[in-house]
This record gives sequence, C-alpha cells and structure tokens, in this order.
Amino acid sequence: MQGSEFKKNRLGLMGWLSGGRYGVERYAYTLHRLTGLAILAYFILHIFVTSARVLGEEAWNTVMGFLNSPAFKVGEFLVYLAFAYHALNGIRLVLTELGFFLGTPCQPVFPYSNSVKRQRPVLVVVMIVAAVVVLLGGVDFLRAFPGE
Amino acid sequence: MRTRESTLWTWHLVAGAVILVLLGIHMFIMHLADFFGTVQGDVLEFSSVMERSLDATFAVMYVVLLAAALYHGLYGLRNIIFELSISERAERVISVLLVLAGVALFLVGAYGTLAVHSAQAGV
Repeated sequence: MQGSEFKKNRLGLMGWLSGGRYGVERYAYTLHRLTGLAILAYFILHIFVTSARVLGEEAWNTVMGFLNSPAFKVGEFLVYLAFAYHALNGIRLVLTELGFFLGTPCQPVFPYSNSVKRQRPVLVVVMIVAAVVVLLGGVDFLRAFPGE
Repeated sequence: MRTRESTLWTWHLVAGAVILVLLGIHMFIMHLADFFGTVQGDVLEFSSVMERSLDATFAVMYVVLLAAALYHGLYGLRNIIFELSISERAERVISVLLVLAGVALFLVGAYGTLAVHSAQAGV
C-alpha cells in the first residue's frame, strides 16, 4: 500500500462512495469506513471525557450533567448504532479475509456462483444480529428521555 | 513475502478481535447489563465508576482496549487517507503524525485509568 503508480484513485471521493457495478458489499464497505471514522472521533472525545474522573466527583458530575441532555443522548445512540454495525460487519470481514464462507474456486458453469455470492448469507446474518444489538441497546437509551 | 504493511494490517485485524471482546464487555456493562438485570443502579454514577476503576481487571482491560482501539482506529484512518493517492512524503508525514497522536492519546487515557486506580487502591 506504500506509494505506487498502481494505486491511483482517479475517481477521487466517488472512489470511496460509489458502489458502481459492485453489489451490496460495496456499500457495506463504505458504511464500514464511515462508521469507523465516526467511532474514532467519538473515541478521542471519550478519552478526554472519561479522564474527568481523575479530577474528582464534582468534575465528573459536571461533565455528566452537561452530557445528559437529550441531544447528546441521541448522538450517543448514533455512535452505539455505528458500533453495532462496525463490530458485526467487522466479524464478517475478518472471516472472509481468512477465507471462510468463500467456497473453493470452480468452473464458470450456469447457474453461476462466486465467492461474493457465497458469503452474502453471512452479511444478512450479521446485520440481523446487529439489529438485535441495536434494539436491546435502544431500550437503555430510551430511558434517558423524560417520561420513560 | 511478508512486507511491513501486511504485518501492520495483520495487527489491525488482531486489534479488531481484541476490541470486539473488550468493547463488547464494556458496551454490555454500559448499555445492556441493566436490561438483563445483571447490574443495579446507574453505571455512570461516580461511585460506580470508581468501583470499576478500583478493580484491577477493569483497569487492565481499559488500558488494553485503549491501546487496541487507538491502533485500530488510527491505522484505519491512515489507510483511508492513503487511498487519496497522496505523495510518499505526505504519507510519511501523516504516518508520523498519527503515531504521535496515538502515543499522546494513549498517555492521556492510560494516565486517567491508572492514576484513579492507584489513588483508589492506595498504591
């Protein structure tokens, strides 16, 4: 991946965002990156926010009081959503990277099959699990709102 | 042939697996434990936070998670930036800046965790 004339991304930003002729996995890839960046941004802030406990109970309560507003809770839920997607899709990526669920190379005989199609059920399963994780966590976030 | 980049990529995957386990535990405690009835009270209350900070297992878990997440996140960011076809000189500068940022953030986070743990444990 080091500098090379073979790695030119002539499409620029669209090279990241467009699925082109690829399937749903291409959008899963784009979303994986976007959620990764969002989680990284949150994580860096999280390091500083949680370090407030060093300053004692008063400082901790001040910070938590500031972050306890519905707007921050919605933001936190979006990060939780990103975490659920990134973690579950990441499991699929590692498994396929290691060669699982891709099958073995075969002749191009009708009905055609390929490794992308063979791993697609895994994508569906991990997304269902991600949805369950989001729903369970959603219960916790709903409690942050008045009337819950 | 195993290049430096493929080694860094392998560590990216290893860090991802470590994060999956440790962040899974963290997320369960923070957002799901109450749902399953395994934790009583507000996990964000100062006393609850201090209770976990005092626990050596939690302290070690936080520091390992901090290191793994910083490596995984910043290496991922580096990969995304490098795909913009920047010059090799810019790649080197960005690599150095990300390493420095990672070390600085690790020191801040590790100090927060270990200082509280040491003070609470009377070390």
